[in-house]
Amino acid sequence: MTNTQQLKTDVLVVGGGTAGTMAAIKAKQANPEAEVLILEKANIRRSGAIAMGMDGVNTAVIPGNSTPEQYVREITIANDGILNQKAVYQTGKLGYEVIQELDSWGVKFQKDTYGNYDLKQVHRVGKYVLPMPEGKDLKKILTRQVKRHKAKVTNRVMATRVMVKDGRAIGAVGFDVRNGDFVVIQAKAVILCTGACGRLGLPESGYLYGTYENPTNAGDGYSMAYHAGAELTNIECFQINPLIKDYNGPACAYVASPFGAYTANAEGHRFVSCDYWSGQMMLEIWKELNSGKGPIQLKMTHLDEDTISEIESILWSNERPSRERFHESRGENYRTHGVEMHISEIGLCSGHSASGVWVNEKGETTVPGLYAAGDMASVPHNYMIGAFVFGRLAGTNAVEYVRDIEHLEPDADWLAAEKARIYKPMQNPNGIPHTQVEYKLRRIVNNYLQPPKNTYKMDIALNKFINYHDTLDLMGARDPHELMRCMEVYFIRDCAEMAARASLYRKESRWGLYHYRIDYPEKNNEEWFCHVNLKKEDDQMTLFKRPVDPYIVDVNLEKEVYDVKVASK
Amino acid sequence: MALTTQRVDVPVIVDESKCLEKCNACIEVCPLDVLVKNPETGKAYMKYDECWFCLPCEKECPTNAITVQIPFLLR
Repeated sequence: MTNTQQLKTDVLVVGGGTAGTMAAIKAKQANPEAEVLILEKANIRRSGAIAMGMDGVNTAVIPGNSTPEQYVREITIANDGILNQKAVYQTGKLGYEVIQELDSWGVKFQKDTYGNYDLKQVHRVGKYVLPMPEGKDLKKILTRQVKRHKAKVTNRVMATRVMVKDGRAIGAVGFDVRNGDFVVIQAKAVILCTGACGRLGLPESGYLYGTYENPTNAGDGYSMAYHAGAELTNIECFQINPLIKDYNGPACAYVASPFGAYTANAEGHRFVSCDYWSGQMMLEIWKELNSGKGPIQLKMTHLDEDTISEIESILWSNERPSRERFHESRGENYRTHGVEMHISEIGLCSGHSASGVWVNEKGETTVPGLYAAGDMASVPHNYMIGAFVFGRLAGTNAVEYVRDIEHLEPDADWLAAEKARIYKPMQNPNGIPHTQVEYKLRRIVNNYLQPPKNTYKMDIALNKFINYHDTLDLMGARDPHELMRCMEVYFIRDCAEMAARASLYRKESRWGLYHYRIDYPEKNNEEWFCHVNLKKEDDQMTLFKRPVDPYIVDVNLEKEVYDVKVASK
Repeated sequence: MALTTQRVDVPVIVDESKCLEKCNACIEVCPLDVLVKNPETGKAYMKYDECWFCLPCEKECPTNAITVQIPFLLR
């Protein structure tokens, strides 16, 4: 028999990474009396995208260097005009306060000899990159602040669904990934902060967990928000990154390019003018690789010894520190070798591109009482500072919202059905292992959804993803840990179907490689200057156009086109 | 279904002579929750081949008993 744990809180934060820890801290700062609980399927000390710290801030808007308006302009152009400027403006406006607060908690940012933040230019226009050479303990510092602010934490419990009643979010259900307990949490508001869908495509190495994103980020929040009835947006704007071949981590140009490193083809020539990650840059990389001038590399061999040592000391202590032993095992060295780069498999992540759950400038989704922040919330190119900003907004607004709200009892039949759905693989211990079921699903994603996209391929993909429900039924789990991985495969399947449907719906090309359709190769502003949103309606995945809100910062998109191509030599 | 067990080379190597029976540091910090104690020896080992080679287990081990290799398929 499975035990059931019943919990109650005012604000429930699902996922204790960058956005989630900040959401909990800010909710407690705004109302110390409110009960705030973080639910985390790993351990918040080392979880989420920044488990091993971060080597820099990519979107720092610091007075004297840039303004929120300039930042909104740059992101508007980089994201081909499709965005809610009011939401992006928040990242520009509140990012500086976030950095100052993190600084006061002991997070170290690079400063010049005068004590000013030492910003670098990586974007096409403007300085927004603030190095954090000693950013490795970021997550430990956030964990300490969560405890200081007396937010509660439940580690090793995975949420599977948001509970909804009378049209609003009333909590979440899930299970303990170690003892298998069924867990029901009643809450007055729920903030989803579960990160990207980083396990959508399959890395070329074939290793399921050799992903760019922390592989625990399996699209949990995308799927949970969808089943709760919330709108998702820009899903067809995939996340595709230029990564170290095979290692699948960043090289990282944001760290190295201010020191003089650059992306080059096999001949050593530049072919992109700017190393800021964008779909347009990825399209140039795809073209270069297909032109016979590949492989491509991050070139550092021309730099002097001191510079290379400094780059190494940053890259080998932060974010993905195992880079050092990867290069070592291959006998490669930045002094003598370019770092071979490659196009990653696809994922969903608004931290890098724009695919996510629809949120407004308050972090609200379209379901009352349900908030989202971080990589899974669609605020284009939001990166780490955007996750902190929207964690802060969601936490502050959610705690305000719960003031006049009472708990609602969840529906008993719904709970019984969800419990049966979760534990089904445990009834079938000799079923097909999750590893094989996941491998096949993600191979289909690679074969039919990896851009360039076309209708024939995506129709096949969609059909396979719909039929994959039957395959999921065959999955077997032998313990709660395996059950966690099984439930993640359900999330990945949902994300794959969303990715196929949204990509089929938008009949044009936009965002460079992220949504490059061979059958509709041109951008078509007349018909497609809009968001493509989707939601669950009468149990069906329904897609529709949502107009782009009027701009608050003027940008002439006819004149200002994001172009990073370097004329070939 | 008919199933078989296959051998795999796992990335996390534990030096059992250094691993402390009463310590759970590596198990607590692993994001993928792949490390467990062998109930017979009290030593940690990698039970599930689901590694992000992210290194918290190695960094937080008080006796330096852990070495994380890059998974064979990527190496």
